[in-house]
Amino acid sequence: MNYLPHTSEDLERALSVIGVESIDALFADLPESLQKPELDIPEGLDEVSLLRHLRALAAKNKAPQANFLGGGLRQHFIPSVTPHLAMQSEFVTAYTPYQPEVSQGILQATFEYQTIMSELTGLPVSNASMYDGASSVAEAALLAVRHTGRRKVVVSQGVHPESRAVLATYARPLGIDIVEISLSELTTPKPETMADAACFIVQNPNFLGYLEAMPPLAEAAHAAGALFVAVCDPLTLAVLAAPGDYGADIAVGDGQTVGNPVSFGGPHFGFMVVSEPLLRQLPGRIVGETTDRDGRRAFVLTLQAREQHIRRSKAKSNICSNHQLTALMAAVNLSALGPQGLADVATKSVQNAHVLAARLAEAGLEPLTEKPFFNEFAVRTPVPATELRRALAEVGIAAAVPIPEAYGLGDVALFSATELTTEDDMTLLTGALGRILAVQGEPVLEASYD
Amino acid sequence: MTKLEHGSSGDFPLIFERSQAGRRAAQPPKPAWESLEVLLGAEHLRAAPPKLPEVSELDLVRHYTGLAHRQFSIDGNFYPLGSCTMKYNPKVNEEAAKLFTDVHPYADPDAVQGALELLHNLQHDLAEITGMDAVTLQPAAGAHGELAGILMIRALHEHNGEGAQRRVVIVPDGAHGTNPATATMVGYDVKEVLTAPNGEVDLEAFKAALGPDVAAIMLTNPNTLGLFETNILEIARLAHEVGAQLYYDGANTNAIVGRARPGDMGFDVVHLNLHKTFTTPHGGGGPGTGPVGVKAHLREFLPAPLIKRDGSRFDYDYNLPHSIGRMRSFHGNFGNLVRAYTYIRALGREGLAQISERAVLNANYLRVKMREIGFETAFDRVNMHEFVAQPPKGMKTLDVAKALLDYGMHPMTMYFPLIVKEAMMVEPTETESLETMDAFVEVLADVLRRAEADPNFLAEAPYGTPVRRLDEVKAARKPVLRYADG
Repeated sequence: MNYLPHTSEDLERALSVIGVESIDALFADLPESLQKPELDIPEGLDEVSLLRHLRALAAKNKAPQANFLGGGLRQHFIPSVTPHLAMQSEFVTAYTPYQPEVSQGILQATFEYQTIMSELTGLPVSNASMYDGASSVAEAALLAVRHTGRRKVVVSQGVHPESRAVLATYARPLGIDIVEISLSELTTPKPETMADAACFIVQNPNFLGYLEAMPPLAEAAHAAGALFVAVCDPLTLAVLAAPGDYGADIAVGDGQTVGNPVSFGGPHFGFMVVSEPLLRQLPGRIVGETTDRDGRRAFVLTLQAREQHIRRSKAKSNICSNHQLTALMAAVNLSALGPQGLADVATKSVQNAHVLAARLAEAGLEPLTEKPFFNEFAVRTPVPATELRRALAEVGIAAAVPIPEAYGLGDVALFSATELTTEDDMTLLTGALGRILAVQGEPVLEASYD
Repeated sequence: MTKLEHGSSGDFPLIFERSQAGRRAAQPPKPAWESLEVLLGAEHLRAAPPKLPEVSELDLVRHYTGLAHRQFSIDGNFYPLGSCTMKYNPKVNEEAAKLFTDVHPYADPDAVQGALELLHNLQHDLAEITGMDAVTLQPAAGAHGELAGILMIRALHEHNGEGAQRRVVIVPDGAHGTNPATATMVGYDVKEVLTAPNGEVDLEAFKAALGPDVAAIMLTNPNTLGLFETNILEIARLAHEVGAQLYYDGANTNAIVGRARPGDMGFDVVHLNLHKTFTTPHGGGGPGTGPVGVKAHLREFLPAPLIKRDGSRFDYDYNLPHSIGRMRSFHGNFGNLVRAYTYIRALGREGLAQISERAVLNANYLRVKMREIGFETAFDRVNMHEFVAQPPKGMKTLDVAKALLDYGMHPMTMYFPLIVKEAMMVEPTETESLETMDAFVEVLADVLRRAEADPNFLAEAPYGTPVRRLDEVKAARKPVLRYADG
């Protein structure tokens, strides 16, 4: 299958217009040794065979009957209207809106997205999107380094491990020092080592699901002259205090939960929203309002002097493509939900997660702490978490995200619930846990009778 | 569009201006009770809800349908945007991506064997297409792939004890802006080399720039003028002679895919833009996807994890002791990886070669046709998938571009590369028919005729677009970056 329009007459006509004998003649600049490599790629497929192949691959994934997986991504309700509107051809197949006269669709939708992100985070200036939550955390740290001229970044261990990994990747070549603050009973203590820090990065709710005391942590950062970076899940901001409320200078995160499917980890979008003084340090595209020559309101990419295509080696970042379409999908979705719908989703997720925690405790999986959590929490598992995850997967339940060893917590796993979680899902899970733990528990029980 | 749809001011309303308290378009499951104070503690809760739009479902549909109508796209318009490869995005790719939307990256690997097998196959296919030994699918965009690639090169030099010595990245003066910006992000100094009169890298200037301090050379081939670097084998030899690594910016891969491979040219690292050559949608600016291929000596520096095969089972491979670390969370832009894989499987090896053959054919056809009506081309030679033109003397590229908009044609890339005055970088891609290109040339000819008849015609264009030329200075001087009610 191919997508070429040329008939054989077209090919002849084109070659004669150009004045060459063959297509090969157009490749004459390529050294002979490079020409026409033998590729080990199968022959092309017709559409029926192609979809059969893709469906066969998809069928090798086991679709779970119940899903309690989180760890930064969660399957939430996406109303039918969201993909229908966001995936319109005009949005999907548009280029970056460098010609604003014919790009008002993307530009206005992005301006609305920026407003929505500003409302959620309580900070005034949003860019048009970033790649993902992890690279947004890294870019926030680089922004803080540029702004303060300091070369140390303090980050809580409560920040998603993959975000911290990406931060380390970005920081290492620039000689930026990263200081990690270990958790104390699963939340972030006030750090003692804030001197000379460019920023302090804290995630709320943290990777383990627990709520951080953000105001005093923000104060600690500001007292040391550092910026405070809040990493957040926009869904939670329907009900949780906004980063702007507790004085965060930068809010970043991954926007998957407010309108993108999980899709094995991407594409979603990252977001970055900052306080006014940081505007000119912001990486990536920004849309601004202006007027056209007839005085009509219009939108345009603005403040481009920060960006790579203008400033080249002096740019604030090398970012060029962002995640416009997935951000637009979130804007559509949040406009569909409205403040009440989003609050309902968040509230029901919290309530279901608390019911789930109680059920798991009854089933023998004790929570690690009584501290308040949002829609996810950590439990001790009687077997390594990867084994529990495997055993549950075998009976059609997706659950038990293993918590990395670096936390030093032993065998622990994350469980999450959303507004989509049902009573039946939980019953299925606790039933399966009962059977799995009974089998696992047998040797222990025998031992205790000795 | 009627006046009514634009609101009383004549402006297309913002979603916030359509908002009425109490309306909603979507009904999620209702929570058992409203307050979270008991569960979470009042100190964690926000005082007032965020001011999100409150609209009915039909309001929402009208709003975003209206916005879609105010937007050019490949599906609606010819889009000969040089360096951006705006080719047709097959619909079957979208169907394929939908098969995987609910797969979670933290699921047990045994429950996601299909996703892992697809990634493993794609790693192989992209390595084969680029002539490299290993591929990471993690980077989220071309620039992100560049960052991964230059980080790996840096890690290699450090590993060899040459980290402190090699401080310079060489880029041609015609390079994409992301190249020098990436080098800066990795802490390197940037040295630009000039373009020779034939449009290629000046070999003497290149030799002079080389030295023991050079970490990497970043090249696009064909370059941003759409010309193949005929000295590429010599460039690679010279680079390696001084211990530098050669980086291939894959933005122009559409010119050579299936016909030649960067790995065979001597490149050590390659990034691909799946949203260019491999038809994943541009989405109005992203998400892109930027896999990176490397030669064997760089494999151990790749971001972890890769996907490995163990008999018939697939799993994550974290065994990369010198990995630069993670570039992105999870497994990159998986949905786009599915789309690109679908495209590669549809075309097969013969179809892949046809991409570049027809792309180059179309670009040369359009170059000749544009010259016939008075456009100059910066270099009078056969080009690859794109070429750089200039408008007839006295005309501004910006004005010609704006005039095209009234005809439903998206302009070419303007004022890039920076080394050609009034540059118009034109890339029709292989999916356009000769009729479409003929129509484009007719439109250009009409623009030139009208410009001659009326000196003000160009300066005022466009006339019939949803909005006309914008006051960009005003936008930047006093930035309004969000809606403020009242």
